Amino acid sequence: MAEELRRTGLYDLHVARGARMVPFAGWDMPVQYPMGVLGEHLHTRTHAGLFDVSHMGQVLVVPKDGSLRTAALALESLIPADVLGLAEGRQRYGLFTNAASGILDDLMFANRGDHYLLVVNAGCADQDIAHLQMLDAVEVIPVTDRGLLALQGPKAAAVLARLLPEAAGMRFMDSRILGWNGAELWVSRSGYTGEDGFEISVPEAHLADFAETLLAQPEVAPIGLGARDSLRLEAGMPLYGHDMDADVTPAEAALGWSIPKIRRPGGARAGGFPGADTVLAQLAAGPATTRRGLRPEGRAPIREGVPLFAAPEGGDPIGQVSSGGFGPSVGAPIAMACIPADIPDGATIHAELRGKRLPVTVTPLPFITPSYKR
Amino acid sequence: MLKYTEDHEWLRAEGDEITVGITAHASEQLGDVVFIELPEEGREVEAGEEIVVIESVKAASDIVAPIAGVITAVNTALADAPGDVNADPLAAWFFRIRPADGADLSGFLDEAAYQALIG
Repeated sequence: MAEELRRTGLYDLHVARGARMVPFAGWDMPVQYPMGVLGEHLHTRTHAGLFDVSHMGQVLVVPKDGSLRTAALALESLIPADVLGLAEGRQRYGLFTNAASGILDDLMFANRGDHYLLVVNAGCADQDIAHLQMLDAVEVIPVTDRGLLALQGPKAAAVLARLLPEAAGMRFMDSRILGWNGAELWVSRSGYTGEDGFEISVPEAHLADFAETLLAQPEVAPIGLGARDSLRLEAGMPLYGHDMDADVTPAEAALGWSIPKIRRPGGARAGGFPGADTVLAQLAAGPATTRRGLRPEGRAPIREGVPLFAAPEGGDPIGQVSSGGFGPSVGAPIAMACIPADIPDGATIHAELRGKRLPVTVTPLPFITPSYKR
Repeated sequence: MLKYTEDHEWLRAEGDEITVGITAHASEQLGDVVFIELPEEGREVEAGEEIVVIESVKAASDIVAPIAGVITAVNTALADAPGDVNADPLAAWFFRIRPADGADLSGFLDEAAYQALIG
């Protein structure tokens, strides 16, 4: 554990702007700036927030035979998604599954013409790369000379268009290579906040310059990991290692939508990924437990690990909170948990907090309406 | 004149009672406060007993009774406006306590000692 924390190319910028730095997945990352988590969260929902997500893994997957189809089919052997059907310049969400039908990681993959660009979680990056390297047909190239920024919020498009006019024409989940001051930026219209926005991969040599240029725009404030977590929680997005992990299946994580018909029974490329039999059978039959939204009564947040019960007294736990906290835009505490699928939306269950059982309403996800530019 | 505890509470003697809140340093460390659970009025508490739950956007913390006594009043307005603790921590009092052995604050930290504590 004495291993030195890694620093992104924006470490000095974070410190200069008064960030409180914390260890996260082996990196020294800003959890908040002087604006504070609440202020940063609300700023992102009303203006634009700039997030340093350079800790995330960027990986190129290149077919050895020069045929993109080869790389697509190789990736489909690990990811239950339609990789082959993804058009050039487009990006999708997917999962790496394991033989026990659990989730190894979630990721974004983009078709870049002659190869794929993957973005994976920081804490899983080494494992994901090793996993990908088992594929014989592709070369796996970790991108080590770039940082990654996310610009999120209703003003993000207007702000980015000032620097990159072509960004304005991108749709949700488009992926483009755009030039800025001689640098090649890898831009996708996507994010992890429920807001319209962009994720921008920037060469290290230009990273601080580009970030400062964005921060000089009046609508933009730097946002830490604290608000990133509350924003994604409100948007109903699961966080790897919390709302899903190697013991949670895609259906249990409520991520079956990422597995298209073509990979399901009867589809042209059904199965063929780790754990396929169980994953697909469970999607067809419906899982016994699944990830849901929770709204506690009152103002007390229920956080990760809080046990959940069907009744106000007695009984065994029916699950536990996987992510929870205060939703600044919701104006109330919110949480997610994997609970029995037969509990209907609107039902009241109970969270045991400090020895007392607190009524909690089961709700659909997300807690806010996303505003993607489709 | 305010006194302080090593648990980052401020104490203000008012007659035979002591009003208790948390310091600006504590409120900064906690981050934005979103929920506060106060003790019941009339409750008898021991020194060091956890009697307030304070939840920020980041985590839950406890506030302890600085001294043994009876809770005589609680600031119920905080339940609806927990952010007041961040906005003005010296005005956002949590509870008043009537100490069992008199309101002698001489054993607590003065301003200089508290400032030295938080460096």
